[in-house]
Order: sequence, then structure tokens, then C-alpha cells
Amino acid sequence: MTDVAWIDPLLRAARPQAVGALLRYFRDLDRAEEAFQEACLRALKNWPINGPPRDATAWLILVGRNVALDDVRRRSKSAPLPEDAVLSDLGDAEADIAERLDNSHYRDDVLRLLFICCHPDLPATQQIALALRVVSGLSVKEIARAFLVSEAAMEQRITRAKSAVARAEVPFEAPGAVERAERLAAVAAMIYLVFNEGYSASGGTVHVRLPLCEEAIRLARLLLGLFPGEPEIIGLTALTLLQHARAPARLDADGDIILLEDQDRALWNRDMIAEGLALIEKALRHRRPGPYQVQAAIAGVHAHALRAEDTDWAEINQLYATLERLQPSPVVTLNRAVAVSKLRGPEAALAMIEPLAGPLAGYFHFFGVKGGLLMQLGRGDEARVAFNQAIALAHTPAEAAHIRLHLDRLIKASQSA
Amino acid sequence: MLYALLCCHDEAVVTSWTTEEDEAVLAKRHRVTGPLAAQGKLRASIRLMPTTAATTVRMGREPVVLDGPFAETKEALLGVYLVDCASLEEAIALAQQIGRDEKVVFEIRPVRHYRPQGNFKETAA
Repeated sequence: MTDVAWIDPLLRAARPQAVGALLRYFRDLDRAEEAFQEACLRALKNWPINGPPRDATAWLILVGRNVALDDVRRRSKSAPLPEDAVLSDLGDAEADIAERLDNSHYRDDVLRLLFICCHPDLPATQQIALALRVVSGLSVKEIARAFLVSEAAMEQRITRAKSAVARAEVPFEAPGAVERAERLAAVAAMIYLVFNEGYSASGGTVHVRLPLCEEAIRLARLLLGLFPGEPEIIGLTALTLLQHARAPARLDADGDIILLEDQDRALWNRDMIAEGLALIEKALRHRRPGPYQVQAAIAGVHAHALRAEDTDWAEINQLYATLERLQPSPVVTLNRAVAVSKLRGPEAALAMIEPLAGPLAGYFHFFGVKGGLLMQLGRGDEARVAFNQAIALAHTPAEAAHIRLHLDRLIKASQSA
Repeated sequence: MLYALLCCHDEAVVTSWTTEEDEAVLAKRHRVTGPLAAQGKLRASIRLMPTTAATTVRMGREPVVLDGPFAETKEALLGVYLVDCASLEEAIALAQQIGRDEKVVFEIRPVRHYRPQGNFKETAA
């Protein structure tokens, strides 16, 4: 067995649990990561000869811990005897076996690891970068590529995030119920950030970054596996699956945006849709609706429609109204206006978004929707103004190109008139 | 004799496969299962959604409905092959062919009853 390609997925899968457990032992993120790294190197040497261990995660934790402790001992050889606190952790074989037995023991470890990435002081981009580095184990180079920044810049960003996290002193005791719920909510928001960064890039030349979406789905599933009965985590997982299912149809060969209603729905990933819909059904049984569940349900209504004209806009309108109640935001109202335009026409929708002009003055989609509605009403000049504002606010060339398409149509229409 | 090959996998590993890796495994398996189906040896194959999509119903004085799989184990039941084999030896050989180059566990269970009801068409999900 000289080919070690099979080891990589094992290490990748073990990482969140292993680093989480090592973090609990060492209470230091850098040391936990180094210990895991060292354990991985040993695995690459050892496993091809001896075969994979029965429980790769437990193996990596044990080896990582021993290697790091050896290191501590070696460094303290010339120093006075190490304090008991450092040594008492050694060779507690029974505890190791107990840990191997039950997945749920890892639950708080993984949650803590995810949670430290979403410290409120960290800006969204740093939270995402830290999670991808620490939890997913992507290399700095890979993350830099996903964010389209230089490796050095990303390295700096992650280092800064790590020192902020170290200062924050996240408690290491098992969290209480309330604290656990708060952590879950913060982590869910962070995972959704990762997904959105992939789904609709906030900058650069690429509009969709599939690896980030896939990583977010993996993190959502990881979290859901640990907390299977949390309806919002079920909803979050469903939401990411249903949105990502459309990825193959969202851009054309030139990388230009194809709107939902123009997408070739045969390209949608039916496996992901089926899983997303199954999850929504599970979540609804709890009768504890939340924003992720409602957004997932909206995506589910779109997924149900085999043709754009089959879309149940009344249902979508109702779901957005629910979302407005749960999480009032001008963006939600803007989205509901799209449903209203399908149900009651562009005039009603335009009236609805009029009051949003202030709060959404810097929002690309506001002007895109406004331009579209004005265009439907035959108010070409006003539509052109709105589209030009949208282009000025576009985050990616694909967004700008999409709006330019509308402008071209308007110009053609006015020339032929 | 019919055997159920219960396909158990470390779910953390399976869900961390990229789409390409997942498709590569399926394609590799299909090279084995395709001919088996043509010979009539493979009666059915089922791929289950991840255990995160599972619901558990536990009957008792009060039935309890829980989210998640019945048992929280490292290797989860993720699929089933129903094969028609002359002997256990053959079933073991098939499991080894299907799972070649993978870190997968097959539990082989001889089937006591198999009563297909109605005439189901193949379904993607």
C-alpha cells in the first residue's frame, strides 16, 4: 500500500472532532492544531504499513496528545519537574476508551471549536476564514484563493483572528443549556455566512464559489449530526442543500447569471433537493418555526416547481410574510415584493418597495428589482436610471453584466419604438 | 438464496467527499453492479440519505419520535444491495468486489422473506 490517497478523506473527516478534543486538553488553539498536524504526519507514516485504525479520530487524538505532551516534557527536562497539572492527563486509558465509545462526547468539543470562530468582535470575513482554516482544515492557500486575496494577506487575516479569539477566553467547561443554545445560533449564522460567501461572492471576478458552498453544507451536516433535534439546524442544512442544488443552472457558459425563472431546471441536483425537502418535513414537525426553516421552505417551493410558471407564488408570499414577522428586514420585504409582483402585478410591488429606498440605498438587488418592475410597467427611462444604479453597486462582474443585459434590451426597445 | 449486503460507512468520511469523489465511488461500484444486474444477480440497490435525515420511532407505552438515527455509531447504514447468490461464499465475494478500494463495511444478512409489493419503477430519490 504505497498509495496514501485514501488517508486524506479520513483525516479531513476526523479533523473537527480531533482538533476540538485537543483544544479541550491544551486550551490553546495553536497547540491543538499543531498536535493534530503532527498526528496526521504520523498517520501518513503509520497507516499505510499497519492499515487504518478502527477509530481514526480516537487514534489521532491520542497520538496528537501524546506527541504534544512529549514535547512539553522534553522542553522541561532541564527545568524543574513539570507541575502535576501537565502530567496528570497522561495515559488515562479508560477515559480514552470511554471517549471512543460515544459520539456525543465530542459534541461540545466540536461546538466549542466552531463557536470560537464566530466571536462577535470578528468581522464576517474573518469568521469565515477562521472556520475554514481551523474546522475544515483548508490550507491558507486554498482559503486565499476562495477569497481572491494573496496568501500573505490571508495568513495575516487568520493570525489576527486567532489572537482575537485567544483574548476572548471562551470557557472550556461544558456549556449550560442556555449557553449551548446561544453558541448554536452563532455557529449556524457563521455557517450560513460561509455558504453565502460561496453562493454569491462579495467580491472578485467569480460569482459563485462552489467549494465554499460544499464546505458550508458539510459544516451544517456536522452540526446537525451533533444536534439532530434542533429544527433551525435542520432548516439551515435544508436551506444550504436546496440553494446549492441550483448551482449547475445558475450561470451560463460565460459565467453570466441566469435568473431563477430562466434556469434549466433539469440541471438542478435532484438528490440534494430530495434531501432538503425531507429535512424541511422533519423540521416542521417540531412546530418551532425560525428564519432558516422558513427560508428553506421558500427554496423548497421553488424546487417543487418543475417549470417556472408552476411556482406557487401565493405560498412564497405567505412564507416571506412569516419571515418578515420572525426577522423583519427591508431585504425580506424586497423579496416578498417579487412574489407580490407575480400575484398582483408590478404596480403593487413597486408601491411596496417605495419605502425601502432609504434603507436599501446601497443595495444592488434593490435597484435590480426596481428596474425590472419599472421595465414591466413600460417606464423605460426610470428603469434605466435604476439599472445604472444597480451596476454601480454590483459586487461581481457577473452581477453587472446581468443588469447590462436589461439595459441593452431597453435601449433596443426604445430604438425600435 | 437472497442476501442483503448492508453497506456501512463512516458517515463523516462520506459526507466530506467532494462531489467528484462521490461520483467516482459510484462509478467504480457501477462497473461491478452493472454486470451483476444484467445477470439477474443484483435484485435491488438502495442508497439512503445521510443519518441527519433520519427519524427514529420507538414504540412503547408512549411512542417516542426522535430525530436522528436509531444508533449513534461511527459506521452508519448508508445503503443496501439485495443480491441473489448460490452461496454465502459468493455473497462474500460480491461484497468484496463492490467495496474494492474503499474503507467500507458490509454486513451480509441472508434474507428470510422478500415480498416485493406492486410494481415500483426505479426512482432517483
